[in-house]
Amino acid sequence: MASLLKIENLCVAVDDKLILKGVNLEVRQGEIHALMGPNGSGKSTLAYALMGHPKYEIVEGNISVDGASLNELEPDARARMGLFLAFQYPVTIPGVKVADFLRHAVSNVRNPNRKEGEGLIPMRDFRKELKSRMEELGIDLEFARRYLNDGFSGGEKKRMEILQLAMLRPKFAILDETDSGLDSDAVRFVSEAISRLSGPDMAIVIITHHERLLEFNVPQQTHVMLAGRIVEDGDARLAHELHDQGYAGIRARHPAIAAEEQEETAARQPGAAVGARG
Amino acid sequence: MSTELKTAFENEVGVGDYQYGFHDPIDKYVFTARKGLDRDIVAQISEMKGEPAWMREFRLHALEIFFSKPMPHWGGNLTELDFQNIHYYVKASQSQEKSWDDVPEDIRKTYDRLGIPEAEKKHLAGVKAQYESEVVYGSLQEDLAKQGVIFTDTDSALRDHPDLFREYFGTVIPSGDNKFAALNSAVWSGGSFIYVPKGVKIDFPLQAYFRINSENMGQFERTLIIVDEGASVHYVEGCTAPTYSSESLHSAVVEIIVKRNARCRYTTIQNWSNNVYNLVTKRAMAYGDSLMEWVDGNLGSRLTMKYPAIYLMEPGARGETLSIAFAGPGQHQDAGAKMVHCAPNTYSRIISKSISKGGGRSSYRGLAKVVKGAASCKSNVVCDALILDSASRSDTYPYIEIERDDVTIEHEASVSKISEEQLFYLMSRGLTEAEAASMIVTGFIEPLVKELPMEYAVEMNKLIELQMEGSVG
Ligand SMILES: Nc1ncnc2c1ncn2[C@@H]1O[C@H](COP(=O)(O)OP(=O)(O)OP(=O)(O)O)[C@@H](O)[C@H]1O
Ligand SMILES: [Mg+2]
Repeated sequence: MASLLKIENLCVAVDDKLILKGVNLEVRQGEIHALMGPNGSGKSTLAYALMGHPKYEIVEGNISVDGASLNELEPDARARMGLFLAFQYPVTIPGVKVADFLRHAVSNVRNPNRKEGEGLIPMRDFRKELKSRMEELGIDLEFARRYLNDGFSGGEKKRMEILQLAMLRPKFAILDETDSGLDSDAVRFVSEAISRLSGPDMAIVIITHHERLLEFNVPQQTHVMLAGRIVEDGDARLAHELHDQGYAGIRARHPAIAAEEQEETAARQPGAAVGARG
Repeated sequence: MSTELKTAFENEVGVGDYQYGFHDPIDKYVFTARKGLDRDIVAQISEMKGEPAWMREFRLHALEIFFSKPMPHWGGNLTELDFQNIHYYVKASQSQEKSWDDVPEDIRKTYDRLGIPEAEKKHLAGVKAQYESEVVYGSLQEDLAKQGVIFTDTDSALRDHPDLFREYFGTVIPSGDNKFAALNSAVWSGGSFIYVPKGVKIDFPLQAYFRINSENMGQFERTLIIVDEGASVHYVEGCTAPTYSSESLHSAVVEIIVKRNARCRYTTIQNWSNNVYNLVTKRAMAYGDSLMEWVDGNLGSRLTMKYPAIYLMEPGARGETLSIAFAGPGQHQDAGAKMVHCAPNTYSRIISKSISKGGGRSSYRGLAKVVKGAASCKSNVVCDALILDSASRSDTYPYIEIERDDVTIEHEASVSKISEEQLFYLMSRGLTEAEAASMIVTGFIEPLVKELPMEYAVEMNKLIELQMEGSVG
C-alpha cells in the first residue's frame, strides 16, 4: 500500500511569529505535486516544518505518515521514516567529505534501527553505488572527496542535493526551488534525473517559480500558497497558468488573505515596526 | 539538554568510564622512590641510574632553581598541585628488554589493551614504549642503525653516547627556563633520544608510546632530538593514561635542534585521564633554511599548559605549529605556540583549533616575537575555537612583540558555536544529533587531523567521537 503523508490544519510559528496559518495537504507515495506561491508565502516554512527544524514550532495541527504523528519527532527520525528535503539554501559543512557524510546518512536511513557506533554499509558497495549515481547526475567524481558544499557553486550545491536524494531514495521528497541557480542545461539534466528517480515508491513535492522542472515531472496536483495558507488546488494547468499570468488572479480571488499578505509585507519594511531602532 | 542525555554523557566521559582507565598491580615494581622531593631523592635517582657526576650535579642544581622559582600564576589553576605528594621515580622493570616476549606480563597486557603490538606490526621503525619512568621495550630497524641514526631512550643515550649527549642536553631549554623545566631537569627519567646524521632522511615516522601507570607518580620524560644538516625526521608520540582519584603530574621537556637545511616534524597526541596536570616545555632551535613543525593534539588531562616554541635562529628558517585542543568537563587546555624570529627572512605559521564542551575551557596563548635584527620576517597566526554549549568557555591570548616595522604579522581568531543550521541539515539526512555534532567537530579539526599519520588520524577521530557520544541537547 502506498504511504500517505497527511498535513492537517498546520500552524507554525518562527520566533513567536505565526507564519503558517492552517495548512492542509495530502501527498501519497508515487504522486507528483507542485507547490507554488509568491515570495514569502510560506513554502520553505512548510518544508522546514515537515522536516522538523527546531526553530519552526508547530503551534497547532498535525503532520503524520500513515497515521503516525511526526510532530514530536527529531529530523533524523523523520528522515528514517522516509522524508527528504532538498534545501533551497544548502548548508556548508567544512571538513566533512561528501562520501563520508553520505555513507553515514545512507547507513542510518536504510537501516532505521542502526545504533550509534554500529557498522556502516560496506565501503565497496557504497562506493560503487555513489559512483553510478554521480555519473547519472553528471557530477564529477572528485566531488565525493570534497567537503560538503564547501566552495561549491550555487548550481553544484543543488546537484549535490539531488545526489543525496538519489542515494537516500525517500518516500516523500520535497524539492525547495531546486531549479533556481541552475543553468538551463543543468535544469534539464536535473529534471530528467528526478523523473528517472520518481516512480511508485517516491512522492515529490516540487516547490518552484519556474516551469522547467514541471515539464519533465508533470504534477497531478498543484497547490498555491498565499500568506501562510494553501488557497487553491488544481492540476498541471494551474501551474502553467500561474507561470504565465502571475499571482494577480489568485490575490483577486482571495482578497481577505491578499490584504493580510499586504499588511505583513508592510510590517517588514524598514522603519515600519514599532520601536524600530534607527 | 535532557537529563537522560546528560547522565549518559557523564557516564561516557566520566572518570569511572575512562576508556583506558585500567591499571596494573603496583607491588610488582622493582623500585619506587618515596613520595616527595628533596636533595636525597634526587641524589638517589641519579645513583639508581648509575649516572656520571656531572648529571648528578646538573640535577641538584636544577632542584635549587625549582625551589627558588615561584609557581606561575597565569595559565591554569595550579593551587591544588602538591609537589610533596608525588613519587618522582618508579622503575618498572630491571633493564631494557630485548624483545616483546621478554616484557613482563602485566606490562605487556597493558600495552595489548592500548594496541601497541599491532601498531608495531604495521610499519613502525622502532617502538619506544615508555612504561613508568624507564623504557622497557624498544626496537630499532637495522637499516636505520646502519645509517648512523640513534633512536634510544634518553637514559641509555647518556650512558652510550656521552659526548653527543652532553654537547646538546639542556642547551635549548636550560634548567632556569621555568619552574617546570627546572623540576624536569632535577628528576627526569626516560624519554627519547634521536640523532639523525647529516643528509639522512628517514621517510617513515619514528614512534613512541608513553603511559603513566602508578598513582601519584609524576612522569618526567626528557626528549632530545638532533637533526643534523640536510637530514629529516618525523617523530610521533601518543599518550594515554589510566584513571586514579588523586592528582598526577606529567611534566616533560622536549629539546630539538634542527640544523641547516634539515627538517623535523614532532607529532603528539595526548589523552591523559582527567586528574593529570600536564605541564610541558617544548622548544626547537631551527637553523638556516630548515623547517621545524610541531603537530600537537591535546585531549584529556585536568590542566594542560603547553606552548611548543620555535626559535628561528638563521635566515630562511621556517617554523609551523598545528595544534588541536579538546576541553571536556572539568578540563582546562591552556595551549598555544611561540615563534621567535631571531634572524632575517624567517617565516612562521601557527594554526590552532580548540573545542570546548560540557563546561570545559580552552585557551589559546601564543607569542609571535621578532627581534631587532630580524628584517623581512613573516608570521601568520590563525586560531579558531568551537564552543559546544553555553557552560563551556574559550579565550585567546595573543602576544605580539615586534622590535621593527618591516615585518608582516597576521593574526586571525574566530570563536563559533556549533551551528543549528548545520545540525539540522545533517539530521535531516538521518544522522542523530550526536552523530551530526560529532561530524561537525571532526570536520572542524580535519585540516589538522589530515596532517597526522594515518592510524593517529583514525585514533583522533575515534577519541572525538567517543567524547561526543550522546553529548548534545
Ligand atoms: N525567523 C523569522 N522571523 C520572522 N519572520 C520569518 C522568519 N523566518 C521566516 N519568516 C517569514 O516567514 C515568511 C515565509 O517565508 P518562507 O521562506 O517560507 O517563504 P517562501 O514561500 O519560501 O518564499 P520564497 O519563494 O522567497 O522562497 C516570510 O514572510 C518570512 O519573512
Ligand atoms: Mg523559499
